[in-house]
Amino acid sequence: MNLRADFPLLANDPGLHYLDSAATSQKPKVVLEAIRDFYETSNANPHRGAYALSVRATERYHQSRFRIARFLGVKDSDCLIFTRGTTEALNLVVASWGRANISRGDEIVITALDHHANFVPWQQLALEKHAKLRVCELTADGRLDLDCLRGLLTPKTKVVAFNHVSNALGTINPVDEIVRLVRSNTYAITVCDGAQSAPHFPVSFDSLGVDFYAFSGHKMLGPMGLGGLIGKRELLEKMPPYQTGGDMIEFVGDERTTWNVLPYKFEAGTPNAADAVGLAAAVDYLDRIGMDRVLEHERSLMSTAQRRLESIDGLEIYGPLPSARSGVLSFTMSDVHPHDLATILDGEGVCIRAGHHCAQPLMRRLKVVATARASFYVYNDERDIDALVSGIMKAREIFGYVPT
Amino acid sequence: MSDPLTEARRSRPENSAEVAALYQEIILDHYRRPRNKGALEKADATIEMRNPLCGDEIALQVAFNGDGVSDLKFSGRGCSISQASASMMTQLVKGKSTEEINAIRKQFRDLMLGNAPDADDSRLGSLRALSGVARFPARVKCALLAWNALESALAERAS
Repeated sequence: MNLRADFPLLANDPGLHYLDSAATSQKPKVVLEAIRDFYETSNANPHRGAYALSVRATERYHQSRFRIARFLGVKDSDCLIFTRGTTEALNLVVASWGRANISRGDEIVITALDHHANFVPWQQLALEKHAKLRVCELTADGRLDLDCLRGLLTPKTKVVAFNHVSNALGTINPVDEIVRLVRSNTYAITVCDGAQSAPHFPVSFDSLGVDFYAFSGHKMLGPMGLGGLIGKRELLEKMPPYQTGGDMIEFVGDERTTWNVLPYKFEAGTPNAADAVGLAAAVDYLDRIGMDRVLEHERSLMSTAQRRLESIDGLEIYGPLPSARSGVLSFTMSDVHPHDLATILDGEGVCIRAGHHCAQPLMRRLKVVATARASFYVYNDERDIDALVSGIMKAREIFGYVPT
Repeated sequence: MSDPLTEARRSRPENSAEVAALYQEIILDHYRRPRNKGALEKADATIEMRNPLCGDEIALQVAFNGDGVSDLKFSGRGCSISQASASMMTQLVKGKSTEEINAIRKQFRDLMLGNAPDADDSRLGSLRALSGVARFPARVKCALLAWNALESALAERAS
């Protein structure tokens, strides 16, 4: 797979080795062109104008929703609500469903693998409502401990929130098993953070079985500022609005207001139509490659990277074996702090992430302050791994690594 | 508008030599064998600070006498830049007056922010080894972490 030429930023800078796609992906030319085309041919406020241009804007916005819903296996596309991204989608669930359904003494289960975006909103809701927050612990190799989860589930459990794939370790969580456990022991809803799964392998919301699924377009070749929440219709119908304002109303009286239907009830204000068009172009691009091939490509890069990094003396890799991981490799290198490693790699044109990856609860459990993280996507190839390895060797040299 | 190639390359260090120059031996030495690391038996001020970006953390303890700092120690975890900066700082400011410390602090900050390249910086002593950090905006906060803690300690005392 050689797609580098499709990505202007990478094509313009042959010496750059971008290994931070878990943070955000690069954008192919077709996506940038689709956004430009929207503004050049269809720009007007959707749902507002009685003129042809506004109708065109509205249609392109709707077509994008159908397209993205099809990509994510959602038959009922009204149940796909556009948000700014995963963070806003999760906050929507907490603010709307959570405020209406959580009360004193209820229990909320989250996991030690969660990103702050699926951790902090629930923690704050629990504080506000005097509910109990329970954290599912991990196995030694960085997978969710399902026995621990089973033990946390009680008749008081109202929500179980978890991620499909850990952004910090790459662990792929067994959604089927989690949903089965939750269903057979509680009446709780399940909330799945899909920011790291939707970009990397085939996902079908309808067969996943979770009640809510959140995703970010910018991690799957789309523009920044557009993602979504997918929810079960029966839950979304009953939920109060998240934000109020234009477009989300049916009738506004002086005393009270009635709400528009799904998905508009949750999309107050002018929608981000141009970026929805951009994301639709991104999923077209991904489908042309084929999500099975995306997965296969990352798997192959991961096993090569794992093999080569494992052979470096003093280097420790976190998380389960590559077969249970998505395209994320989290590691530390003896006494070279991840932040120093990232600076030295930067000098070699290699972009990696260093830090806590917005997962401080996880870092505490791993007993590290930070890790270095390399993550892979469709445009990466073995040359990126070569550059990563030689950068790590350079860091060892600078820091005068002495084998213990 | 410049061409995209130049634009893309401007954002990263020109070459690996610049990175190698950042990691001078004295910095690595302070990182490996930090001076004044630990806790004071009796501290007048204890300040904890974190760099939320990378998780670096520092706890700085300061003892005052008369108009100055009589002793100080730090603990915490972080990268070579934050640890070396803290270590050198404790060596340099111990026994100095608040006024002297504030002058050094300001000069070091200017050095990090790239504001004072030709001023006489002899009073910064070994801290001058950190001057390369100014070329790495993402790392300036690491170098300033201990100094911000010291600033808070001095402010706490003044109030």
